[in-house]
Amino acid sequence: MTADSPILELKGINKSFGAVHVLHDVDLTVMPGQVTALVGDNGAGKSTLIKGIAGIYSFDSGDYFFEGKRAQVHDPKDANALGIEVVYQDLALCDNLDVVHNMFLGREETKAGTLDEIDMEKRATDTLKGLSVRTLKSVRQQVSSLSGGQRQTVAIARAVLWNSKMVILDEPTAALGVAQTEQVLNLVRRLADNGLGVILISHNMNDVMQVADSVACLYLGQMAAQVQISEVDHSSIVELITMGRSGDIGIQLDDALTGDVA
Amino acid sequence: MSNHQTTDVDIPEAGDRGGIGMAVGDYFSRVKGGDVGSLPAVLGLVVLFLLFTALKPDTFFSFFNFANLLNQSAAIIVLAMGLVFVLLLGEIDLSAGFTAGTAAAVLAVALSNWGLAWPLALLVGLLTGTVIGLFIGSLVARLGIPSFVVTLAMFLALQGVMLLIIGEGGTIRLRSDVLLAIMNQNMPLWAGWLMWALVIGGYLLVSWRAIAGRRKAGLRSTATSVWIAKVLSLAVLLGVLVFVLNQQRQIVRPGKESCPSVGEAPVGCIPVIEGVPWAVLVVLVLVVGLTFVLGRTPFGRHVYAVGGNAEASRRAGINVKMIKIYCFMIGSTLAAVAGVLLASRDNSVSPTTGGAQTLLFAVGAAVIGGTSLFGGKGKVMDAVVGGLVIAVIANGLPLITQQSGIQFVVTGFVLLVAAGVDAISRKRASAT
Repeated sequence: MTADSPILELKGINKSFGAVHVLHDVDLTVMPGQVTALVGDNGAGKSTLIKGIAGIYSFDSGDYFFEGKRAQVHDPKDANALGIEVVYQDLALCDNLDVVHNMFLGREETKAGTLDEIDMEKRATDTLKGLSVRTLKSVRQQVSSLSGGQRQTVAIARAVLWNSKMVILDEPTAALGVAQTEQVLNLVRRLADNGLGVILISHNMNDVMQVADSVACLYLGQMAAQVQISEVDHSSIVELITMGRSGDIGIQLDDALTGDVA
Repeated sequence: MSNHQTTDVDIPEAGDRGGIGMAVGDYFSRVKGGDVGSLPAVLGLVVLFLLFTALKPDTFFSFFNFANLLNQSAAIIVLAMGLVFVLLLGEIDLSAGFTAGTAAAVLAVALSNWGLAWPLALLVGLLTGTVIGLFIGSLVARLGIPSFVVTLAMFLALQGVMLLIIGEGGTIRLRSDVLLAIMNQNMPLWAGWLMWALVIGGYLLVSWRAIAGRRKAGLRSTATSVWIAKVLSLAVLLGVLVFVLNQQRQIVRPGKESCPSVGEAPVGCIPVIEGVPWAVLVVLVLVVGLTFVLGRTPFGRHVYAVGGNAEASRRAGINVKMIKIYCFMIGSTLAAVAGVLLASRDNSVSPTTGGAQTLLFAVGAAVIGGTSLFGGKGKVMDAVVGGLVIAVIANGLPLITQQSGIQFVVTGFVLLVAAGVDAISRKRASAT
């Protein structure tokens, strides 16, 4: 694997729910070591696309390449097996368990049928250290005692614990204050710096501009554009989200018209 | 491990926690943070015990009554242990009392009508509980009927089943010396001390292995001084219990005398009663076994997870429905065990076995002990502590007042206080 070849490549993805055609010929490329921001207005199809990648829905048509190989993902377990982890907006943590228990939830390490707490605690600590997490007092703290940012940190750390290759983050900063947003964005950046592919869904353009390497914009179920962050600015992303185009990038109505004529 | 790296990672350094002072400090800060655990129940137990001792020093505070109290509480404790599993999920089992009664009825019928040997009959009785649990659990988990409704229906239906098995107004004698011995006989004195030695030795070994393992791995672990204090207090507590129960406790009326331990017994002498009741052993084995299941196995962890956040557990790949069904099966099987204890205590099974306040006392015991009605919080030990509180009230109050109205009011009040403590501590925990 070279760093130049995409970790995830989607080509011509279509998905309908009954009569509603949610995704039209969507292409998406995610590079390892980069943060790919996925933006779009409500109803643009972000969630459908993510759930398709994660295996919660299967796409109707289109090509799904992971690490250059065609992959069949019809079940969340398929996605996990490939090394794809999703951190959902509501985090899905158990408040009554501690950090280690949550990180290993459903995939506990056992020794002779009993929980191997020592091994789990070591691996959890190592993972948090690898992400330079400095906000947790103890990995044996109950999650109910953690702040929003700390919870997000635990959820992200859980996603990278499993030697995952790509992490999808669904609005990780939506409910956070300024300082905690900063912490989480730093963490997102470090995930990419550690070589993972990262998809970041966000409504916050400041976050996108700060942390993303490229931005993919969905507009009414079509991929308006996927461009390097250096090629766009704040206002052009907003135009892409609201109108599907900005200057000469995005969906060009003229092209479509001439295409039809020809 | 590179503990002295200059990264400002604030994950605590490896090494032992401070001594006893720090452990005590940690505990108080946990309590302040809303994690009170069994503390109110333990305090309540001590206060009640002192209160009744002060009021009725000769009747309440006697060797005889002490053993009697443990026997009274055994069935409630075991029933409450089963309810802990159900309550941990945030569910409820209102039918547990009559599950106990039904299992006891089946056991009694298997012994007397079918003529089965006691181990076989016991198995049939316990399986009755398991099957009832499977039925309830399936309705709750697969069909999604609220457990309150399912078990309310079973509460009614099982009363009917008991009547059908036993017959209107009848009773069935429990025809098994072994099963009757559980509540009516005591262990030999040496066996009580052997039990003490095994428990302390086992705890010593297991806890030290855990500490040593953590130290070897470079993780924070309990300080040696704290560990020694824990072992010693357990040894003393259990030692006092065995010592007291090993004293002769037969009540010798004036003009009578106790039978001598050796030689010819004079006519009309009062037989010696001494030793740890077998019921204590039953409860002890269940506490150790079930604590292990809840605390050390993936299944136990999943029970807590489902109780804490069922959706998160489902997404983590835990089979939430199966966990629910298993918990109801465990709960009802333990209810069947409680039924055996009830039958053994009464020497027989009647349509009221497991009825009246049995279930409410058991739910009260679990909640008083610190198990949350909201799910996700609770331990097997809670059932023991809470069950003892209930038993002390049920045992001590009649010595003071014959009015059963007062007894109900007091018990209800204690339950309210316990549920209030649970709710307040939850608020605190979510506020911090």
